[in-house]
Amino acid sequence: MIGSAADTTDTTAELRARRGRRPAGSAALARLLLIVLALGFLTLFVALPLIVVFVQSLAKGFGAYLAAISNPMAWSAIKLTLLVALIAVPLNVVFGLTAAWAIAKFEFRGKSTLITLIDLPFAVSPVIAGLVFILLFGAHGWFGPFLQAHNLRIVFALPGIVLATVFVTFPFVARELIPVMQAQGKDDEETALSLGATGWQTFLRVTLPNIRWGLLYGILLCNARAMGEFGAVSVVSGHIRGLTNTMPLHVEILYNEYNYTAAFAVASLLALLALATLAGKSILEWRQPELRRTALPRRDRGRRAKT
Amino acid sequence: MATPVAAINPGVRAGRVIPGFGLTLGFTMLYLSLIVLIPLSATFIRSFGLGWGHFWAVVSTPRVLASLRLSFGAAAIAATINAAFGLLVAWVLVRYTFPFRRLVDAMVDLPFALPTAVAGIALTALYAPNGWLGQLLRPWGIQVAFTPLGVVVALTFIGLPFVVRTLQPVLEDLDKEVEQAAATLGATARQTFLWVIMPALWPALLTGFALAFARAVGEYGSVIFIAGNMPMKSEIAPLLIVTELEQYDYAGATAIAVVMLVLSFLLMLGINALQAWTLSRHGGR
Repeated sequence: MIGSAADTTDTTAELRARRGRRPAGSAALARLLLIVLALGFLTLFVALPLIVVFVQSLAKGFGAYLAAISNPMAWSAIKLTLLVALIAVPLNVVFGLTAAWAIAKFEFRGKSTLITLIDLPFAVSPVIAGLVFILLFGAHGWFGPFLQAHNLRIVFALPGIVLATVFVTFPFVARELIPVMQAQGKDDEETALSLGATGWQTFLRVTLPNIRWGLLYGILLCNARAMGEFGAVSVVSGHIRGLTNTMPLHVEILYNEYNYTAAFAVASLLALLALATLAGKSILEWRQPELRRTALPRRDRGRRAKT
Repeated sequence: MATPVAAINPGVRAGRVIPGFGLTLGFTMLYLSLIVLIPLSATFIRSFGLGWGHFWAVVSTPRVLASLRLSFGAAAIAATINAAFGLLVAWVLVRYTFPFRRLVDAMVDLPFALPTAVAGIALTALYAPNGWLGQLLRPWGIQVAFTPLGVVVALTFIGLPFVVRTLQPVLEDLDKEVEQAAATLGATARQTFLWVIMPALWPALLTGFALAFARAVGEYGSVIFIAGNMPMKSEIAPLLIVTELEQYDYAGATAIAVVMLVLSFLLMLGINALQAWTLSRHGGR
């Protein structure tokens, strides 16, 4: 596999050391300037927004912070967010595993179209992701009258929030697993099968251990988005306090009530989740450097991994 | 090589030793249809029900046009900023060593991981007239929060990782010998950058730009707090969809959604073509 970032820079440093000295004066200056500019940009757009969340949440002291996050409404928002993620993430994990199995282990026509379609939710605005379910299940939607007649609620209730979250996080696990499974090929599975393992045994004992880091990586990213989704959930939730308010929606309500400290306190929990996600992601990338490569252009990496 | 297996086990179709093709592809198609394809097509079918005249009347109102112009315009500006600074950040992270480089590299992904609502209130707190950065900008008469400039700032935040993460692998794979050859042949650092490095980066840079742009066009959570949301001035298209929905104007919301969907899908096809191009330039090794 291709070397990681660290390797590349190490060799540059080695080369430079071997060649004698640091780069010449003006080159060193240009280099310093570029580093300062880049770090300045990142401070402005990454570090400061993160810092301001924690500073604002503690603006009225730690007591006020604890009071804000132990408020019953905040608690019900936290519980709802966890519940939604607990349903949505496993659904997308099952989908990711089956889609990756079909795509990586078999050849069939329309495969690249299927891969594009799996990515489709990324091209859709979160607000539209919420809208489509209102159009289907809302009071004036296609199934609205039917649902009302049978006293079922999808929109403005838990099922709608789960559906919108599943839609928005749909590609996450699949797009991580497809290239990982493609890179692994099917030799291991074929060996297991020829030795008499059943398909299910092969999947559990051969495939799953092979893809475990990629799977964890996908779950991590999927979960972060599922817990943090705002636009899609906002459209389908109906904002019923204590009932259909997830954490991000609770942040919005508190903020719009000018209750800034409480809003930032709940936001700080979400920021901690983001930091934990980034930490987990870095650990997984350190264990499995090729995961880094899976960051974005997926077509690219799928084929790259094979070569 | 497949025939013997098929001969031993007649249930296995030739060439398919591994089981589960029908099951996994079937489930994939079912789930994809139920969650994504059917709901999305329902939106299109519903907009056909409006009739062309009504559809056009909704979409061509000044308020809708202004919101679309803002969403696409601000997204284009933000993606351009990200292309420039993303190139800089990727370059610095790949080519130079400095303290905490690993940490800085990991933090580039923060906009992916931070919930958009949190980003929205954080940026608003920073750029509000009495905020840390708003205070600094006020003497110059620059107001960011509650203006279209705020929309650009939020969209720049959201799109930040895309350009960096598309460029990094390409930069890592660049053959340093070519640059050394250029230097040996007497090229200055600037010439080497412009004529040796940049040509190799263009496809990835464009892809990163397009990905950042596509993400920014539909963004909602981080924008609505900082934008001020004044109709005709700082109201983005996704917010207008929400507003129409809250007024039970399903037709209006659907019409705007369809325009955005069509434009986004075209963009996605463009990105796919770009990635194929990137691949043809760099995948050959």
